[in-house]
Amino acid sequence: MNELPQQLVNGLLLGSMYGLVAIGYTMVYGIVQLINFAHGEIFMIGGFGALTVYLYVLPDGTTMWIALPLMLLGAVITATTVAVGAERFAYRPLRTAPRLAPLITAIGLSLALQQAVWAWYPDAKQSINFPEIEGGPFKIGDVTIQTGDVFLLIAAPISMAILAFFVMKTRTGRGMQATAQDPDTAKLMGINTDRIIVVAFALGAVFAAVGAVAYGLKYGQVQFRMGFILGLKAFTAAVLGGIGNIYGAMIGGLVLGLAETLATAYIADVPGMEQLGGQSWANVWAFVLLILVLLFRPQGLLGERVADRA
Amino acid sequence: MRQRSLIAITAALAAGALTLTACGSRDDDGGSDSGSGNKTVVIGVDAPLTGDLSALGLGIKNSVDLAAKTANKEKTVEGITFKVEALDDQAQPSSGQQNAVKFVADKDVVGVVGPLNSSVAESMQKVFDDAKLVEISPANTGPTLTQGTDWQTKKVRTYKSYFRTATTDAIQGPFAAQYVYNDAKKKKVYVIDDKKTYGAGLAATFTSEFKKLGGKVVGTQHIDPETKDFSAVVTQVKSSGADVVYYGGEYPQAGPLSKQIKAAGVKIPLVGGDGIYSADFIKLAGAGGKGDLATSVGAPVEELPSAKEFVANYKAAGYKEAFEAYGGYSYDSGWAIIEAVKKVVEDNDGKLPDDARAKITEAVQNVSFDGVTGKVSFDEYGDTTNKQLTVYSVEGGTWKAIKSGTYTG
Repeated sequence: MNELPQQLVNGLLLGSMYGLVAIGYTMVYGIVQLINFAHGEIFMIGGFGALTVYLYVLPDGTTMWIALPLMLLGAVITATTVAVGAERFAYRPLRTAPRLAPLITAIGLSLALQQAVWAWYPDAKQSINFPEIEGGPFKIGDVTIQTGDVFLLIAAPISMAILAFFVMKTRTGRGMQATAQDPDTAKLMGINTDRIIVVAFALGAVFAAVGAVAYGLKYGQVQFRMGFILGLKAFTAAVLGGIGNIYGAMIGGLVLGLAETLATAYIADVPGMEQLGGQSWANVWAFVLLILVLLFRPQGLLGERVADRA
Repeated sequence: MRQRSLIAITAALAAGALTLTACGSRDDDGGSDSGSGNKTVVIGVDAPLTGDLSALGLGIKNSVDLAAKTANKEKTVEGITFKVEALDDQAQPSSGQQNAVKFVADKDVVGVVGPLNSSVAESMQKVFDDAKLVEISPANTGPTLTQGTDWQTKKVRTYKSYFRTATTDAIQGPFAAQYVYNDAKKKKVYVIDDKKTYGAGLAATFTSEFKKLGGKVVGTQHIDPETKDFSAVVTQVKSSGADVVYYGGEYPQAGPLSKQIKAAGVKIPLVGGDGIYSADFIKLAGAGGKGDLATSVGAPVEELPSAKEFVANYKAAGYKEAFEAYGGYSYDSGWAIIEAVKKVVEDNDGKLPDDARAKITEAVQNVSFDGVTGKVSFDEYGDTTNKQLTVYSVEGGTWKAIKSGTYTG
C-alpha cells in the first residue's frame, strides 16, 4: 500500500483543526494586538458545550442527524458566551494597560477555565467519551476517511468561505478591517470599535467551537486539558501563517498539520535520523519549521502583504 | 470605573483561586492521642487521584484504606490505630517527589503505599530511603527500580526501603511475547511505546523475547502521550502488514490508539501490559476493542479464593470507584506495612520504638503472609516472590482472564 496519499489526508485533517482554532488567535491579535492565550480553553469549553447538549439536553438515543446540529449550536453558544464574557470582564478593563498585563490575564484565565471544568463538570477529571457518527469509513482509492472526519472535511472550507465573505463584504467586516488598520481613526469615522472587538472575539469562538465538535467526533473523546496543547499549536499556526491574517491562519494550520504528520511518518526513514523520528518528535519538527520560517520570513507565510487586514 | 472593575476582577479571581485550593486541602484532625495508650499512625498513599490515570489511582487509595480499616476493626496491632492519608501525584514525577517529602516530614507516617507509575517512583525512592521510610508499590513494574540500571547483566539493589508487590516487566514483557507468539499465533508485530520508563521498558522486553521466539518486528513507533492524533502512526501500522500491535504504555493513549487502528479498517488486536488493564481502556477503545489483550501481574483477583473476602469487603465498604488492576496488590502492600508495624510493636513491649521507621523497613523485608494475591514476601531486591501473570482479553465489554501462569525463561 502506498502510504503517502493517506498521510497527506491525515495531515490536512489535523491541519484543518489547527486552522479553525488559529482563526480566533489571528483575528483578536489583528484587532487588539492581544495574544489571547485563553483561546485554547474557549475551544475546550465549546467541546464540553456540545457534550452537555448531547448528555443532558437531548433524550437518550437521539440520532446524530438531529443531535449534531444541536450540539454544534450548544458548542457555539457556550464558547461565544465565555469568549465575550472574557473580553468584557478580563480584557476590556486592561485595554489601555501595558501589553504584558492582558497577556498575563489571558494565561490566568486559561488556567481558571480549565480548573472550572475540571472541578465542576461531572466526570471531567478523566477523558469523557463523545458521541460518534454511525457508519463505516469511506474509501477513495488508497485513502480511508473516517465518518468522524467527514464533518471536519466539510466544516473547515465552509467556515472559511463564510468568514471571507463576512470580512470582505459586510459592513461589520469592513469595520473590522478599518479597526485593525487604525483603531483611533476608525473610531473618529464613527465605527463602534468596542462592538467590533466583541465581534472579533465572538467570531473566533464560533470557529473554535466548530473545531471542538470536529475534535470530539474525530477522536471520540474530550478532556479538560484538550485546549492547552491544541491552543498552543493553533497559536503556532497563526504565527506561521502571519499573525493577523485570516487566510494565513488556515494555511499555517495546514502546513503545521502536514509537517507533523510527515515528520512522524518519514523522518525516521532518513539515514542517520532514526533516533529523531517517530511521533514523539513531531512537535520538535513542527517548531523547527516555525523557527526556519520566522528566520527567513519574520512576518510569517502570508504576513505583511495584507498584514493590516482583520 | 476602570479602577472598580479591576478590583472586582481581582476579587473574583481570588475567590476562584481560594475555592480551588479548598478542593485540594484536607482536614487534618491531628495524629496521636497517646493519653489513652492508643497511638494513631499514618499509612501514606501516593497515586494519581486526578487526571487520566485516576481510575487506577483511586482503586489503590481505596484498597489501602480498606486494609487500614480492617486492621483497626480486628485490632491486628494492639494499641495502634491506622489512618490512611492519600496524596495526589497526578502521575507526575515532580509531584511525587513533593509528596514524598511531605510524608517524610510527617512523623506519624510509618510507611507509604505507591506510586502507580515507575517514572514517579524514580523520583521518590531516594527521599524515602534517606528517611528510612518504607515504600511499597503495588504497581511499579520497571525492573531498574529494584535491580539497578544494569539489571540485565548485574543486579544491584540501590534502595533498601523500596519494595513492590507487582512483578516486573522483565517478566511481563516476555510473558506477553510467549502468549502472542505461541498461543495467539501472531508472527508479525508492530511495536509502539510512549517513551516513558514503564512503556519503553515493557516494549523492549517484549520485543527481545518475540524476536527470540522467531517473530518479526515489522515496525516501531514512539508516541507522544500528550496527543490524541495517532493517524500518522495508524497509517504506518496499516501499510506494515502487521497482524498484531504491541503497545508499551497506559490506557489513556492505548484506548484511543486501538480505536483509531480499528477505525482505519485494520482488524488486528492491540496487546499491552498491566498499564492498559483497566475498565477505562474498554470505554476508550469502544466496540472495536473486542479481542484486545493485556497481561497483568498476578492471578485474577476475582478468582483467587484468598481474594473472595477482599472483593466482598470492598463491596461492603461502599467505595465509589472500582478497585481496578492493582486493588489486591494495594491491599497486600498496605497489609505488609501493618504486619511490619505489628512485629516491631510486639518486639518493643507493645509500644512503637523511637526509630520505628528503620525497624519497620527491616521488618517488611521479612514479612510473609497469605495475602489477597497469594503469598506475600519479598526477595533480596525488594521484589515480590510471587511471579504469577495473567493474560486478559476484552470480551463482552469486560476483561476476561484467559491464561494464568508464571514466565519460564
